[in-house]
Amino acid sequence: MPVNMKQLINLVEKEDWPFTQGHRLCPGCNAPMVAKWATMTAKALGYEPVVGAATGCLEVSTTIYPFTAWNIPYIHNAFENVAATISGAEAAYRSLKNRGKLKTDKPIKFIAFGGDGGTYDIGLQSLSGAVERGHDFLYILYDNEGYMNTGNQRSGSTPPGADATTEPVGKVKTGKVQFKKNIVEIIGAHENVYAATASTSDPFDFMAKVEKGLKHEGPAFIAVLAPCVRFWRIPESTGPKVTKLAVETKYWPLYEIDRGVYKITRKPRNFKPIEEYIKSIGRFRKALQHPEYKEMIEEMQKYVDTRWERLLKLEEVTKGMYLR
Amino acid sequence: MPTKLAITGAAAVAHAMRQINPDVVAAYPITPQTPIVEYFAQFVADGVVDTVMVPVESEHSAMSAVVGSAAAGARTMTATAANGLALMFEIVYIAASMRLPIVMPIVNRALSGPINIHGDHSDAYAVRDSGWIQLFSENSQEAYDMTIIATKLAEREEVLTPAMVNLDGFITSHGVEGVEILDDEVVREFVGQWEPKYPLLDIDNPITHGPLDLFDYYFEHHRQQQEGLKNAYKALPEVFAEYEKISGRKYDFLDLYRMEDAEYVMVVMNSAASTAKYVVDELREKGIKAGLVKPWVFTPFPKKEILEALDGRKAVMVLDRAMSFGKEAPLYSLVKSALYEAKERPMMGTYVYGLGGRDVTPTMLHVPFEDAIKGELDPNEERYLGLKE
Repeated sequence: MPVNMKQLINLVEKEDWPFTQGHRLCPGCNAPMVAKWATMTAKALGYEPVVGAATGCLEVSTTIYPFTAWNIPYIHNAFENVAATISGAEAAYRSLKNRGKLKTDKPIKFIAFGGDGGTYDIGLQSLSGAVERGHDFLYILYDNEGYMNTGNQRSGSTPPGADATTEPVGKVKTGKVQFKKNIVEIIGAHENVYAATASTSDPFDFMAKVEKGLKHEGPAFIAVLAPCVRFWRIPESTGPKVTKLAVETKYWPLYEIDRGVYKITRKPRNFKPIEEYIKSIGRFRKALQHPEYKEMIEEMQKYVDTRWERLLKLEEVTKGMYLR
Repeated sequence: MPTKLAITGAAAVAHAMRQINPDVVAAYPITPQTPIVEYFAQFVADGVVDTVMVPVESEHSAMSAVVGSAAAGARTMTATAANGLALMFEIVYIAASMRLPIVMPIVNRALSGPINIHGDHSDAYAVRDSGWIQLFSENSQEAYDMTIIATKLAEREEVLTPAMVNLDGFITSHGVEGVEILDDEVVREFVGQWEPKYPLLDIDNPITHGPLDLFDYYFEHHRQQQEGLKNAYKALPEVFAEYEKISGRKYDFLDLYRMEDAEYVMVVMNSAASTAKYVVDELREKGIKAGLVKPWVFTPFPKKEILEALDGRKAVMVLDRAMSFGKEAPLYSLVKSALYEAKERPMMGTYVYGLGGRDVTPTMLHVPFEDAIKGELDPNEERYLGLKE
């Protein structure tokens, strides 16, 4: 039974919030939605979530000592090691349970949160290691496409044309030139893993994937496109509206790779051109005025079209071919 | 009945770990620590222990996983050396600040570069301010004993500070000697069960571990860490006394060798102390009042005990197996500072020896004594033993 609205309402009526109000994230930030939806899904399914977080906005704004917005067990260690940290906690859980030393018999599930910097870049090694070792945990990446906590520096997830302080748009350069690193394919290639994309525009698709990830025996990974309204230069109320456009322009296709089997979970009827998405986001404004803008858009359109076609084919050829 | 085995220092440490039977061991292999992890992995593979082992992809992840595991409430251990410890460095500090009683044997090795896999103390010194307890061991027996002692000490409620057990790379870790192994039940009873107060896995009483600590509390938390180390200093004699009861082996902050009437005193840590003891014996036969001080405990630094041991002696020669570039060698500067309040300050000399595993011979260790006897010590001149110049 997939998680439904009634289960979530029950949780809300009990005021049993795993992640509470009172945190200090910016108004309109999409990260708390990701944290709240994921932990509520776990709770609604009857699991006890134990959360780890990498250094980043979500961590620094929710755990300012002596306050905490976490009503469930929570651990923060450093920037690049949330996967390793949570794998240690998960190992401890197995050991203590095995030795009869655990004080509870409720089912515990481990969830790690990381931003794109801590996942695509500095934390990739520890994430890959933890996934390869097969720890039973769900890693949720809230992807705002830059080091937003420290003021909009480029990450391996920053798209071309986006203005970033360490790779700004200038007279001879349209900002970052490289496409995003394809993190879902990288994690999916570990084979015995459930990997997926999600978007803040589609909470139920996300929650269904959280459920799949939690039920998958072993590592699971969900990359959620979650804007930083501050550095995307978009109005506070428009995060999910913009991510909806990302899905509709094929910029951020919603799909999953379950042990090697591809499945597109949302197939928009009518696609919009990538330019519409780019124009809705303020951090591309400088690129829009750049002489090379047209070439950049053409290249991006070609890229997202090809990737979509490729996804459709992968979905077809991998059908039923679970690798492990 | 304790059994005597002819084993390497690495095996001795692995046996201590087997007897402690931690809930979780997360580790990465690095020369010369590797055999500790290998022996322990074999114990796990053979079902001798039911520890959950996490063979991580790097030392950074080893220390990270160990933090996660210890915070979760599991008795947790790892082991490392040199560059592995350097890669862990960031998380070494975090482990201490989270007050997690992790025990970590360090097989002391030169910290690159240039790359060198042999023994010196540059790795241990590099993390001397990280907030960990640091115990040192002259030989395999001491490495075995200190691993058990460290576990008991780190977990004391008023201490709650992680502990490193240092043993010399290759010399101790790979050298075979007779080691007395206590009975499994005796060790198990000595270390007891670890009952963490605020485990992450206590889901009915959720706790936020590792929060953001701004300028309004960070200072206070560091002050508390200092208190943990002060308490470790107070608790050490008790733990040593308890260990003596089960083993018959007496430990203290300092190993004092022929110190009753010693006039010329050498201060040196770990395996070189064995050679130094031999040299002291040779000098004593010639009627020279030589003595040796070997710190078993480096952090918390036993300043008072050093002062008591060295006040009024004719000469003190401190030997460091690492350099502190542009400054005085680490052990020397601490011993010198301890002697600030001496009623009768001895002459002092600072010697660097054995870097990158260079052999330490009795001939070499005679030199500081000869300098002292001739009255040629210079407290401000760093001298080098066995350097090809």
